[in-house]
Amino acid sequence: MKEQIETTAEVQQDVKPVARVRHLYKSFGDRKVLADLNLDLMERENLVILGKSGSGKSVLIKCMVGLLKPDSGEINILGYDVPTLSTHELNELRLQVGFSFQGSALYDSMSVRENLEFPLRRNLGILQRAKLNELVMKSLEDVGLESAINLHPAELSGGMKKRIGIARTLILNPKIMLYDEPTAGLDPETAGEINELILSVRDKYHTASIIITHDISCARQVSDRIVALFDGRNKLEGTFKQLKEQNAQELQSFFNY
Amino acid sequence: MRFKLFLARLADIYKFTKRFFKNALVPPYEIKEILKQCYLVGNKSLFLIAFTSFLAGIVFTKQSRPSLASFGAESWLPSLVSQAVVRSLGPLITGLICAGKLGSNIGAELASMQVTEQIDAMEVSGTRPFSYLIVSRVIATTLMLPILVVFADVMALLGSLVMVNSINNTGFVLYFNEVAAVVSLLDITSSMVKSGFFGFAIGMVSCYAGYHSGKGTTGVGKSANTAVVVSMIFIFVVDLMGLQILNLFRP
Repeated sequence: MKEQIETTAEVQQDVKPVARVRHLYKSFGDRKVLADLNLDLMERENLVILGKSGSGKSVLIKCMVGLLKPDSGEINILGYDVPTLSTHELNELRLQVGFSFQGSALYDSMSVRENLEFPLRRNLGILQRAKLNELVMKSLEDVGLESAINLHPAELSGGMKKRIGIARTLILNPKIMLYDEPTAGLDPETAGEINELILSVRDKYHTASIIITHDISCARQVSDRIVALFDGRNKLEGTFKQLKEQNAQELQSFFNY
Repeated sequence: MRFKLFLARLADIYKFTKRFFKNALVPPYEIKEILKQCYLVGNKSLFLIAFTSFLAGIVFTKQSRPSLASFGAESWLPSLVSQAVVRSLGPLITGLICAGKLGSNIGAELASMQVTEQIDAMEVSGTRPFSYLIVSRVIATTLMLPILVVFADVMALLGSLVMVNSINNTGFVLYFNEVAAVVSLLDITSSMVKSGFFGFAIGMVSCYAGYHSGKGTTGVGKSANTAVVVSMIFIFVVDLMGLQILNLFRP
């Protein structure tokens, strides 16, 4: 079910939206996590979703890739109407959307090389050793970890795991990147390196990205636009500077940190 | 409320089983991964099954001898032991050992993959984790259990031979001639078919428990435990059902 994404009046006219969410609702039992959430992700944009823990940030991106089914609402990614997709169509879409997990989610029974080769073998059917080596090395170079190729996830530091996790998604050349808490659990220096990597991925791969975070320095460094999420709704929206100047009550705990 | 949850779980199991058959029957087939899992299943369990079956053969022979001797029927010992081993003891020992060893292994492995979002990572990269992780493991346990049962039967009979030989010097050829005279083709095939169902039950139960694991380390432990306990219960249920069906074919 692929269709043209229509842009709304409030979004910029010179760039096209690659993802659109409208009136999204999601509950777990009696707990409402997302309630009437609306957002647009534009081409080559780094959109930061800022919010405290439990505000529904991760649930939003899991709904966007079909890991969770929303109760109601519209999610349109690259022209695909996500909630109505068949398994085959969903897999087709997922090849174009990279997802970097909070805990990296590296396959711990496989080496770094095998982790990166896995989506290539299974999705693109690439089996030639030379081609696999070339793509794996390129991806590792992009995250600056060529030397880790033969290590296992258990031998990697937190920052290295994040980088390899990102490399594994980049290897399929995605059009959209979704980062779930990319700097969580990292020291400030490593977090800064990951932020730089997010920026370089956008520039090199021309991706549009959604970055889920509660880390204000990450938001400042990587965002083109920020959507602040509270009680499952997008309450505030703007650039880092605009939100800081608004001095809104809900964001004070972030900016004063 | 609990009954509602139970019904929801049953519906979930039905969906899981349906998904298994859909993924198992429709290409692309996971031949390479199935062969790898077959090797792991066989390799992981072979020594343990050989050792326990050999011991079970010795113990069963030693315990049966006095009863037969009291009727003056000690010479029937090889016949009794071989029928018991092939029809019931071999498949049961193999099933229970595999339920413990493979059930906990598969349950814990899949559960920890679920907890650390590795399965979600496969899902979002479009790599069909259900076929790769579940279908391959269930097919491997279903195919390998009958092979392991044949091995267990042979080892149990060898254990029994050692015992019989130490009591009355019965030789290898004489012992196995007696075995061949009483063990029918129906006994062997039914035992293998039954153990195929044991393998299917172990694979499905363990994969379901692991794939639907709760969060955190508690979830991993609980999944491994559920995999073992429920697999063992299923083995006895399948054994009983198999016996009832087989009795229809026996004279």
